[in-house]
Amino acid sequence: MAAVPALMPVLAEMLLAVAGMALLLFGVFRGDRATRLIAWLTVAVFGAAFLAVVGPASAPGAALEGLFVVDRFAVFMKTLVLIGAALTLIMSLGYIRRENMERFEFPVLMLFATLGMLMMISANDLIALYMGLELQSLALYVVAAFRRDSLRSTEAGLKYFVLGALASGMLLYGCSLVYGFTGTTRFEVLADLFGPGGAGVSTGVVVGMVFIAAGLAFKVSAVPFHMWTPDVYEGAPTPVAAFFSVAPKIAAVALLLRVMAQPFGDLVAQWQQIVVFISIASMLLGSFAALAQTNIKRLMAYSSIGHIGFALLGLAAGTTEGVRGVILYMAIYLAMNVGCWGCILAMRRQERMVEGIDDLAGLARTNPLMALAMGIFMFSMAGIPPLAGFFAKLYVFLAVIEAGMYTLAVIGVLSSVVAAVYYLRIVKIMYFDEEGDPFDSPVGGELTFIMAGSGLFVLLFFVYPTPLVRGAQAAAAALFP
Amino acid sequence: MIGLPILSLTIFLPLVGAVLIFLIRGEPEIVARNARNVALWTSLFTFALSLLLWVGFDTTTADFQFAEQAPWIAGYNINYHLGVDGISLFFILLTTFLTPLCVLVSWQAITDRVKEYMIAFLVMETMMVGVFSALDFVLFYLFFEGTLIPMFLIIGVWGGPRRVYSAFKFFLFTLLGSVLFLLAILTIYFHTGTTDIPTLMGADFPVEMQRWLWLAFFASFAVKVPMWPVHTWLPDAHVEAPTAGSMVLAGVLLKFGGYGFLRFSLPMLPEATAFFTPMIYTLSVVAIIYTSLVALAQEDMKKLIAYSSVAHMGFVTIGIFTLNTQGIEGAILVMLSHGVVSAALFFTVGVLYDRMHSRLIASYGGLVHRMPVYAFMFMLFMLASVGLPGTSGFVGEFLTLAGAYQANTLVAALATTGVILGAAYMLWLYRRVVFGELTNEQLKDILDLNPREVAIYASMAVVVMVLGIYPEAFLSVIRVSVENLIVQAGGGLDGALTVALAAE
Repeated sequence: MAAVPALMPVLAEMLLAVAGMALLLFGVFRGDRATRLIAWLTVAVFGAAFLAVVGPASAPGAALEGLFVVDRFAVFMKTLVLIGAALTLIMSLGYIRRENMERFEFPVLMLFATLGMLMMISANDLIALYMGLELQSLALYVVAAFRRDSLRSTEAGLKYFVLGALASGMLLYGCSLVYGFTGTTRFEVLADLFGPGGAGVSTGVVVGMVFIAAGLAFKVSAVPFHMWTPDVYEGAPTPVAAFFSVAPKIAAVALLLRVMAQPFGDLVAQWQQIVVFISIASMLLGSFAALAQTNIKRLMAYSSIGHIGFALLGLAAGTTEGVRGVILYMAIYLAMNVGCWGCILAMRRQERMVEGIDDLAGLARTNPLMALAMGIFMFSMAGIPPLAGFFAKLYVFLAVIEAGMYTLAVIGVLSSVVAAVYYLRIVKIMYFDEEGDPFDSPVGGELTFIMAGSGLFVLLFFVYPTPLVRGAQAAAAALFP
Repeated sequence: MIGLPILSLTIFLPLVGAVLIFLIRGEPEIVARNARNVALWTSLFTFALSLLLWVGFDTTTADFQFAEQAPWIAGYNINYHLGVDGISLFFILLTTFLTPLCVLVSWQAITDRVKEYMIAFLVMETMMVGVFSALDFVLFYLFFEGTLIPMFLIIGVWGGPRRVYSAFKFFLFTLLGSVLFLLAILTIYFHTGTTDIPTLMGADFPVEMQRWLWLAFFASFAVKVPMWPVHTWLPDAHVEAPTAGSMVLAGVLLKFGGYGFLRFSLPMLPEATAFFTPMIYTLSVVAIIYTSLVALAQEDMKKLIAYSSVAHMGFVTIGIFTLNTQGIEGAILVMLSHGVVSAALFFTVGVLYDRMHSRLIASYGGLVHRMPVYAFMFMLFMLASVGLPGTSGFVGEFLTLAGAYQANTLVAALATTGVILGAAYMLWLYRRVVFGELTNEQLKDILDLNPREVAIYASMAVVVMVLGIYPEAFLSVIRVSVENLIVQAGGGLDGALTVALAAE
């Protein structure tokens, strides 16, 4: 009799998969009336998965014939993804009720997308990587087009689907090239092949790796594969855009880090220049293109492109310190972005969402606390100390300087100055301009909680940064065996 | 007071006041009144607390006193490290002295969003005291950049018609310089493995690296000082900022630049300092002469005083880079004197602006007939700005020029023309505003100073006179630290000489 396979490392994923199917059945029987209940149950499942990730499933090890791996890195990134997914789902509750989007599939799709993300983070094989990525993407395509009666939403979904499918195709093509030239899809075997004493690197592998990198760059919305981002963010329902900007992005960055550091870890010389290029291009494009935006969702899209550029600076350094910087950046990015989207979701007038940046005019008078929270997020995203965003940039630049890439660092800080202009513009509109009509109040308990919580985190992070820094340090160390 | 962390208390007490103000609820009138009172008492108490630093200061040692150290970012050797020496002590006192005055100045001038205004000033005070007491680079940078947020809001929310443009210009100029400074800090961190400032003062960097680091420091400090040609944000910011904003901007924020040169560039990068001294001299002399001439042509009083600030800061940078006792002590005294005098002069403009809502020189004339007390106070600070013996301005400028003569006669001679030009534009300003016929009908019933304004003037006048008549009270505290600094920076000079000799 065969031994029972060690399934402990995949506990959280199994939990999500089983709960997802159960909730789907439950929803089919109870119909859309149960959406709210299902949403809260989904949040509870995320909570349970979180406990599983930090608890029983946190012991390093492999499962499913080595396709799936758990290490400190996976644990850290999974907690970020689960927190991001849970918070954005909570934020969306009020929205889906008001905007007639209350269908039970919505939380279930979010759940399956999150499951895909967790699988991506733990993937230890090119096939497993693709599986996780596709599960996530297919769920997200649907969610993007969830408002079927809205032209913009369906357009966003379609655009995301077509470009996403193209990226998946590139990724798969890259995987097949790597497999064709090496005969394996396993990360450890690949790492051994390219390492000292291995078979060496053929041109085909490099080409394959470039395709894989391009596919992943699409998922993290790095320049030059960013074109979908502003349109999708603008068109998709606001809470979905909030979700897009947080959880899938963190998962995709995690995947990018793992792929570059583990199977292709010895090919630094080959991929470093690619990462340097997409990092510089993302920072510059994110900073300059955001200057001219008038829609806050589009602005957030460009802002997230820019942030990815800064985060990838760390990967461009190609060191453990750099990866640590990226991980920390994503953690702080999560807090800033969730809070910021909370503010955007609270922008409602006469029961309608408003999205213009000018709609924030004079918010400091009509709703001082919300303006304060938004101001904190904006200064933090601009990287002004003592807010958390400064520390995010600090650690990334620390790694870049340590790697001796001074030119890259100078380009980085200069584009952060350009980016500061548009963040300041929002502060200016909120604080300096004459007030417009006030937003609807109250904004709702969940949103208030999320804005206040993330605002306090961003504001007070500097007091005791050690735990998060230590966590990121351990996670980064796990990636470099 | 043994064991009491006075520095930390001085830094964070204003923040406590800010939180208290934040929590005030109720009718707008009552909120405004309470906010003013809390801000005033918090800042006065902070000032009293900071005086303890002076009382307990040991003038015989150049070591950092009242030191506090606690681990902050574990595993990185980045600590919460505070301390004062003779150089930083008076800048802390200047900050805590000016903040209650700023609150008082705004007592009636600010009626809109008083609560937020007072919070901004108290947060500002925390950041400014932090800058002068931080002994860790990352901590320093945190406070240094942290001042941008409240100042941006002060200019932008409570400023004049072009406030948005000025606030952005102020923010972006400073940020652009500072980010390069941050990269320099990180480079130093990887070269030495520490961000501890006292440790780094003895660090030895390769000459080539020193030059790049020095330029990165310079990018940040030159904008703050501000030195020609990156001074253009200053007149804009001053003209648009509310009176108290201008006071704190000219009084304290400009001193960050000079303080930065003294604290970092000189002791840590001595060879590069020697290398770049001619550049500093050139820029300073241009600043002194050019901005003095520009000041002569101004029609707006605030702009005139702003340009005179740039000229005075030119003396500061010359004095610092003479690397001799007189020069550096003079530079510190000029900064302290300018901190009080320029704040008083901006207040002088503010007094008129509150009454007449005009800053144009042409709107005034003959004020002495209606406002004799005001005219007297204006004269006192105008003469202090010119550098009349017996006022604080004289001591600083005299020492600076004495130091400059030893270092470079031509620079000293050119800088002295700035003194003459300074007298010209200030006296002319005074003549046009205060003397002459009272022709403007609206001025016929302008009121003289009220007791609150007299109190503000009087407290600043005391400082200006004490500094002018008995500077030794201050110099004795500064001296040991300055001499220590010269040894640190001069060691570099010898080093550079050795390198030069070896190269031949």
